[in-house]
Amino acid sequence: MGLVSNSPLAHEKLVKRIIKELQGLPGALLPILHRLQDELGFIPPALLPVIAAGLNLSRAEVHGVASFYHYFRSSPPGRNSIQICRAESCQAMGSRALEAHAQRTLQCKFDQTSANGEFTLLPVYCLGNCACSPAVRVGDKVYGHVDAAKFDALVAALSTSEVEVK
Amino acid sequence: MTAAPSKIYIPRDTTACSLGADRVAEVIQQHIRKHQLALEIVRNGSRGLYWLEPMLEFETEQGRVACGPITPEKADEFMAAACWRNIDKHPLYLGLTEEIDYLKKQQRLTFARVGIIAPTSLEDYCRHGGFAGLRTALAMKPQAIISCVTDSGLRGRGGAAFPTGIKWQTVLDTTSAQKYIVCNADEGDSGTYSDRMIMESDPFSLLEGMIISALAVGANQGYIYLREEYPLAEEVLNRAIDVAYANGYLGKAIAGSNFSFDLELRLGAGAYICGEETSMLESLEGKRGEVRSKPPLPAISGLFGQPTVVNNVISLATVPIILAQGDEHYQRYGAGRCRGTLPFQLAGNIKYAGLVELAFGYSLRDLLEDFGGGTRSGRPMRAVQVGGPLGAYLPESQWDTALDYEAFIEIDAVLGHGGVVVFDDSVDMSEQARFSMEFCAIESCGKCTPCRIGSVRGVELIDKICAGDAPTQNSILLEDLCYTMANASLCAMGGMTPIPVRSALEHFAEDFEVDPGPASRPSPQA
Repeated sequence: MGLVSNSPLAHEKLVKRIIKELQGLPGALLPILHRLQDELGFIPPALLPVIAAGLNLSRAEVHGVASFYHYFRSSPPGRNSIQICRAESCQAMGSRALEAHAQRTLQCKFDQTSANGEFTLLPVYCLGNCACSPAVRVGDKVYGHVDAAKFDALVAALSTSEVEVK
Repeated sequence: MTAAPSKIYIPRDTTACSLGADRVAEVIQQHIRKHQLALEIVRNGSRGLYWLEPMLEFETEQGRVACGPITPEKADEFMAAACWRNIDKHPLYLGLTEEIDYLKKQQRLTFARVGIIAPTSLEDYCRHGGFAGLRTALAMKPQAIISCVTDSGLRGRGGAAFPTGIKWQTVLDTTSAQKYIVCNADEGDSGTYSDRMIMESDPFSLLEGMIISALAVGANQGYIYLREEYPLAEEVLNRAIDVAYANGYLGKAIAGSNFSFDLELRLGAGAYICGEETSMLESLEGKRGEVRSKPPLPAISGLFGQPTVVNNVISLATVPIILAQGDEHYQRYGAGRCRGTLPFQLAGNIKYAGLVELAFGYSLRDLLEDFGGGTRSGRPMRAVQVGGPLGAYLPESQWDTALDYEAFIEIDAVLGHGGVVVFDDSVDMSEQARFSMEFCAIESCGKCTPCRIGSVRGVELIDKICAGDAPTQNSILLEDLCYTMANASLCAMGGMTPIPVRSALEHFAEDFEVDPGPASRPSPQA
């Protein structure tokens, strides 16, 4: 993610390349949307007509699919996306309190990004880490037994690494 | 112990890694390099004894021994003190892994290799009985393969418990030039992780099951529909598929036969409903994951309108051992109409959370007491939700129920995919009931009204009841709503959401009570 220039022209070039590569797959729309989000971090709405034309679908059909799935986003996320599991196993271990703590700490609600653009907070319904609830995911890393202190440490570590990168 | 071990096993499994197993592996690797130790690291899967993770294992003359939990903080000291040379002296030494009580009391058939082998090592897989089932199947006629699966008594492990062999028979009997095998790996139920474990720890068993299924019904294309929330499973499965192609287990002329089968992994995108088979097929076709009306059954008109086997990960991963050991071997396990084993997953507020594969017939209490060991918080257990977010909340009076599909249906509960989520006495069951409705509202595909709108109304009604707003009338209305959702929804999402709600209302009614002020008392005519 983030390797592609943010200009609309670059986005269009990218999506055309992805379409060309994947359009031969049966049911190619989800793989195309996935690849696009992998590359850009989101699916710019302006690209939906390009995908529609490439797959010989209507714009409504492509919009309908992109907007159906919780995972696909239409706006850029913060530098880190933090997913907090809201499902029953995590509830049994205090995830409701963790959710509240996270929203207070980052000063944003679910599906929002913190004011400094560092963190997007997302709900998730099960990470399959139910033996070590509550669970949190950042990128491809899953964390277990996450309480408020562990959450704060995680946020601090992610914030620091961002500073170092700059 | 006479000689120092030569191999150290460090699990690479989502949960073990969530507790620092990757970091432990790094620390140990650094020590090995720095001190040029004659110690080889193997990244195995997890045995599923999760309270002991990261659990290290060592190859010794006596067999594999375990030690855990070795957290990243402890790993450095562990290596610096050369604990691994005299592992049996370590305070966290657990003895021979196979002799650990939790593991020894299980009947691991589907999970026989899980945690033992390196997940994507074909050599390991074959050395531990892998592809024996396929070899048997390749020498059989399609009908004989299906009869073997039918006679084994295997029923769909995704939760619906439909006989696997009968589903395959329908696909075999439907004439078509193109048939598909689709593995439903959209394991979205909270409290379940058995599919994830198979995919991360023994992916070839799933591939082998799919190949046998394809051989049986005459399919040449398969898809694994994996949820996006499982990035490690995605990586391991893709690697396993590559290895299988490179070694002639996928593609043309499989294992030297004239049978061809291609397999592709596809990712979901965060939609619980896509665990419903027809919704998943729509998603695979590149559409919104909206449920289809049945009939036609997917076995007759499934993916792209063609006859399709849709099976859960555990069902498919169990097929190889049935073919390898014979249907009678599998049949011998279990009770009543539930043959074989089910991998139960202990989750939530439980001390010894982990994977427990057991033959059907044990009681829920046996599972909670013999394996679970009480709550993690140390407080009394109050409610247990079995079978995922659409399963009932069971009070203690129901814990003696046998873990058996039919016995659970009798008490208006479901065994589902085998998830067992424990709550202690701090739980507010009205919050749980409300969440069941809220989850249905969030995840409903929106196609049918009872589910789409009923769930929203359900949240509102529970809020009113708990706020003391005409609780008697609103409780009647809520029951009426549950009746409508249960009977008029298109699929199990709306149809089963009333199960946890009703169980909470019935068994934990006190949690819905507020001190009813005079204004909210029901009027006499109500």
